[in-house]
Amino acid sequence: MAPLDDSAKKKPAEMMDVRGPDGDPLEIPKFACESMRESEPYPAYPEHNLKLGFPGELIDNWQEVAIAKIGELAKKNRAFQVYLDACVKCGACTDKCHYFLGSGDPKNMPVARQDLLRSVYRRYYTFAGKYFPWLVGARDLTKEVLDEWYAYYHQCSQCRRCSVFCPYGIDTAEISMAAREIMDSIGIGQKYCNEIIGKVKDVGNNLGLQEKALAATLEGLEEDIEDDTGVSVRIPLDEKGADILLVTPSADFFAEPHIEGLIGYAKVFHQAGVSWTLSSYASEAANFGLFIGSYENMRDVSLRIRKAAEDLGVKRIIFGECGHAWRVAYSFLNTLAGPFDFLDQNYPIPQHILEFTWNEIQKGTLKLDKSRNDHIRLTYHDSCNVARASRMGDKPGGQFEIPRNVLKAVCNHYYDMDRDTIMESTVCCGGGGGLLTDEIMDLRVKGAGPRMKALKQVTDDFGVTHMAAICAICKTQFSKVMPKYGYGMDSILSVHQLVSNAIILDGQEDGEDAAPQGDAAAAEANQ
Amino acid sequence: MLSTLYAVLFYVATILLVTGLAVKIRQYARTPAPLKIPTTPAPTTRSGVFWRIFREVVFFESLFKSNKWIWLFGYMFHGAMLLVLLRHLRYFTQPVWWWVELIQPFGIYASFAMALGLLGLWARRFLVERIRYISNPSDHLMLVLLLGIVLSGMNMKFLTPTDIISVKVFFLGLLRFQINELPDTPALLVHLGLVATLMIIFPISKLLHAPGVFFSPTRNQVDNPREKRHLAPWAAELEK
Repeated sequence: MAPLDDSAKKKPAEMMDVRGPDGDPLEIPKFACESMRESEPYPAYPEHNLKLGFPGELIDNWQEVAIAKIGELAKKNRAFQVYLDACVKCGACTDKCHYFLGSGDPKNMPVARQDLLRSVYRRYYTFAGKYFPWLVGARDLTKEVLDEWYAYYHQCSQCRRCSVFCPYGIDTAEISMAAREIMDSIGIGQKYCNEIIGKVKDVGNNLGLQEKALAATLEGLEEDIEDDTGVSVRIPLDEKGADILLVTPSADFFAEPHIEGLIGYAKVFHQAGVSWTLSSYASEAANFGLFIGSYENMRDVSLRIRKAAEDLGVKRIIFGECGHAWRVAYSFLNTLAGPFDFLDQNYPIPQHILEFTWNEIQKGTLKLDKSRNDHIRLTYHDSCNVARASRMGDKPGGQFEIPRNVLKAVCNHYYDMDRDTIMESTVCCGGGGGLLTDEIMDLRVKGAGPRMKALKQVTDDFGVTHMAAICAICKTQFSKVMPKYGYGMDSILSVHQLVSNAIILDGQEDGEDAAPQGDAAAAEANQ
Repeated sequence: MLSTLYAVLFYVATILLVTGLAVKIRQYARTPAPLKIPTTPAPTTRSGVFWRIFREVVFFESLFKSNKWIWLFGYMFHGAMLLVLLRHLRYFTQPVWWWVELIQPFGIYASFAMALGLLGLWARRFLVERIRYISNPSDHLMLVLLLGIVLSGMNMKFLTPTDIISVKVFFLGLLRFQINELPDTPALLVHLGLVATLMIIFPISKLLHAPGVFFSPTRNQVDNPREKRHLAPWAAELEK
């Protein structure tokens, strides 16, 4: 996670029109050709690339190596091979990408984005492309093409919305991950992703937060909870012999509203009466190896979690609220770092915190007072990786039901957004897939447009004031871009923040008394 | 001379189609999928996946969700083509199977639907800005080729009939490696020439979407990664 910068504190005058975006969230824009060509994230420094096993900078024979890499990936990954071949240019995906809807740049249409690479594949690997390039739109791999790749493959958040609508299931995320891997293999890395993966390898989390600092942060949080509730709730770190290892995005340790979610997990574990711990060695759920399409890097990061689980002797692994992390955990962890024979096989490996919380709610172990969230009229943003690349619970679609079940159990006023913008059709926050970096803020704001319009509809129709999410990237992205659409930066909430608000701990004074007590304590501390 | 030329053409086209497709299908089947990437919600069982692909192939389910116009024209074209192809079995079988007799009238009129579907798809390549933008010359030519086949066929059926008995004798002969006389009706020669062209380019063009849809990991994988460990052979090497 990138640290939050202070742009949300900017003066209102510097913001965009704040009346909120009206209109159909999925309205097809007029073409604005090449309008996003200049949007490029900062390139990685040589040391970032080298640490990940890539060349430091653009190598001399880059064309040759890149072309060979296309062939190598096509041999290693069936999806890449089939998707390069199968597209018929039917156009079904052309109006499905939030970056196209938000920017109007036709190269942000999924098929056009794929074609940036497919055109080169055709030139070097197909009969028609070798002998009749003009016929099939095949292109030589030139520096211009490479630059275009860098710009537009960093305008894909790998959200997979297009893959839902493609008659062959072509997933642009697979193409954009491959493109980034090809670029990495010739020394063209993206700073945000590659620097962060390096930090995980060195320190254990995306922030580079050291063990001592982490321990101090968690202690501070324990004090906050006690001040607020009068109950001592632990947030253990590196406790050997705990039953559960919680792996959560490091943003949960410091960013708002993420941190409120972490407090929520702690309260749920406390009430459930289970023993749990965080790990300083695997203090990160996020796995940016996914974003750069690097199996090896994704595996290295995943193996840290396995090692932490073995070293601490836990029986279960639970993941906190993070979208792509849950994709890697749910779909890939068993592949990358399994088999997990040493864990308790009676529980899903790994488990999502919402699966845990929903179980506890059903068991009745949590005492919940929904009215504590009565000042909130809520909607829920399905995070793309959870919605389209993972599952919760036993049944397909559990990833939509379980978060909503939990929210409805802790909140009286819940309203869904337009059906075409939620669940498997959810529109991305605009900051996923390694794009949560400030130099491409224009892209991020435009990409959030469809979601913001859908939100505005429920604000108009039902008076919705807040939106909950279960992804650290979504939360950071929304807290940054929502002010540009007329919403406060605190309009985005963690799901477990709402759980935390509603939960009444054993020994906690009921109802209204607790909060003022906390305020009073805080006021005293300030004096 | 002409008969020999077309006989050779069809033998070559058949060999290229069959071997080309076999090579591609083998490639798709042998290329590992290193990770579980079904687009979720996805079936949790193999039979569920069977039905997912069945709906995709038989109803174009995802396309229907995506865009009703493309679905309408695409479905019209593919459905009609299926009927037309089945109807054409009568030129390769003696006696003609009963069910081929049964669909004969539907097969004839399906040609109109096939042409209409193709015209609709082609019109969208010109009229819809987004689709115009992504179309290459080959995308237009593919539709021209298919339309040429349909129109030349309809011409023989409805306007200038050829000696269809001789055509059947020619193709039954090919199945027995004999070359019989092929009528020299222009519409027939155009029709057969275009069909052979389509067969030849099938395995080297976007027509690979036909086998591709069965091998798409986002559609054909079971959603069970927590229960069953999935590991590609090359990835297993990393663990040594």
